[in-house]
Amino acid sequence: MKRIYLDHIAATPLGPGVLEAMLPYFGERFGNPQSLHSEGQEAAEAVAGARENVARLINASESEILFTAGGTEANNLALKGLALANRAKGTHLVLSAVEHSSVLNAAKSLEKSGFTTTLVPVDQDALVDPAEVEKALRKETVLVSVMLANSEVGTIEPVAEIVKVAKARGVLVHTDAVAAAGNIPVDVRALGVDALSLAGDQFYGPKGGAALFLKKGTRLLPLLDGGIQEGGRRGGTENVPAIVGFGAAAELAAAAMAERSARMTALRDRLIEGLPRAVDHIILSGHRERRLPHQAGFFVRFVEGEAMLLSLDMKGFAASSGSACTSKALKASHVHLAMGFDHATVQGSLVFSLIDTTTAEDIDALIEAFPPVIDRLRKMSPLYTEFLKEKGR
Amino acid sequence: MIYTDKVMDHFANPRNVGTLPDADGVGQVGNPVCGDMMTFYVKVHDGKLADIKFQTFGCGAAIAVSSMVSEMALGKTLAEAMAITNEKVAEELGGLPKNKMHCSNLGADALHLAVRNYRDRAAGGTAKMAVGGEHEPEGEGEAEGEKTGSCPYCEGPLEGFEELCACKHCHTDLVECPACGKYTKKAEAACTHCGAALSK
Repeated sequence: MKRIYLDHIAATPLGPGVLEAMLPYFGERFGNPQSLHSEGQEAAEAVAGARENVARLINASESEILFTAGGTEANNLALKGLALANRAKGTHLVLSAVEHSSVLNAAKSLEKSGFTTTLVPVDQDALVDPAEVEKALRKETVLVSVMLANSEVGTIEPVAEIVKVAKARGVLVHTDAVAAAGNIPVDVRALGVDALSLAGDQFYGPKGGAALFLKKGTRLLPLLDGGIQEGGRRGGTENVPAIVGFGAAAELAAAAMAERSARMTALRDRLIEGLPRAVDHIILSGHRERRLPHQAGFFVRFVEGEAMLLSLDMKGFAASSGSACTSKALKASHVHLAMGFDHATVQGSLVFSLIDTTTAEDIDALIEAFPPVIDRLRKMSPLYTEFLKEKGR
Repeated sequence: MIYTDKVMDHFANPRNVGTLPDADGVGQVGNPVCGDMMTFYVKVHDGKLADIKFQTFGCGAAIAVSSMVSEMALGKTLAEAMAITNEKVAEELGGLPKNKMHCSNLGADALHLAVRNYRDRAAGGTAKMAVGGEHEPEGEGEAEGEKTGSCPYCEGPLEGFEELCACKHCHTDLVECPACGKYTKKAEAACTHCGAALSK
């Protein structure tokens, strides 16, 4: 059976040439970039090349890129590193309610050492209002962190406007751009942020290759005490193959951005328009226009997400869901709840995220396969029976 | 795959799906907060379950469990049906992932409630359906403060689990006491913290 993979936000396949770029660094070019001998310097050059590519992707300088093992580490490093280094200025953090768990839980961890957090609410499209961020700022606020794009609902946040509001009060701003970078244009200068997280596995790079952009002159307390790697801010021998793959993916993303984004947007819209025509009682999640080009998330009423995922998987489609049953913790997505939807609705969460090789035929095949899946599950659903009864009255 | 072949078979081809408009007993458990909701309909003839139908809103495990419960109970006496335990259902399905065990509890509960509703009606009761649940459904948009504490069974932290159905560490089914707000094991008849009776 042909598999149609529509779960970009979980993992992307490696882009063309990325694996080939990485392979030598598992083999003959095994050197440690910190070594002075030729083997070491060969690896150091590869890391420097990757750093240049990553910096160029987001319009940063090479010295502003700190490689990390993933988006989660980059977010932790930003939150804890910036908050703790600036503790003397204050101990208040402002985050949006829809941040990734690596941001929310890093803040929770900081609360144990005396920090307090204000969560800024979002509207029904998961959009953060800069005015709400402004309202949340206090004299003792040291850091604002609002994501650039939300992977669960696709919404792109007004980060540049939020930076303006925070900068007027002298507050540092971090943005989690893990879902955005490599998929939409990201320019750290235009945004004006002090720190930005990005990860190659969200744009056809390998898992384990990620980075934190840290604006020159910004103080940061390292999470890992170790050697002098990454300017002493992230100790530990560099993961050279992953960094090389990350760099290769960044180069590809920069070159393909405009074409890829236009193609993805057209396919995404084909799905956003086609699916509600095929099945009724289905709601688009997230903002219709301000959204990632590859993301189309829905709430399908009267059915549960995991049951949809299993059914679709049996028909060859890979998707994702934010329903409570899908999560190991049996808890509905905090993003969906923050948007103000009730539990029954968010249980019907279904997220499709397209990859570079997705075709119009794939989208059409999904739209065709979808109605019988939903019909079958709705026929089993007491909520749907209740709804029909109410309607018949 | 996280599920056994048997679970996937019952999910893909569930037995006895539907409703019985002239049911002798109806039982409903769960609500969308916990992710699952099941309604069981039973027809009783000569003290045996002559027909069973169910509807389930929930995950693959919840649907498979409902189907298995209906299959295990069909044609059995009421006493036999009441003796179907959650453990037996999970066993018949070849096991369930740890964090899905609470789904199997819901299945047997819904069946038992339907039988109880039949007995209640036979004794002159007028309730058309017996309803049980882990939680009362929440009001829409109702903001609830996050509760903290630890699981009464494994001591794992329950921090931030304001819509908790089961401990995320030991997967014990939990219920929030309506009197004191603390979590206690769902199987208990009374809250182990304040002694208040727990509705079933």
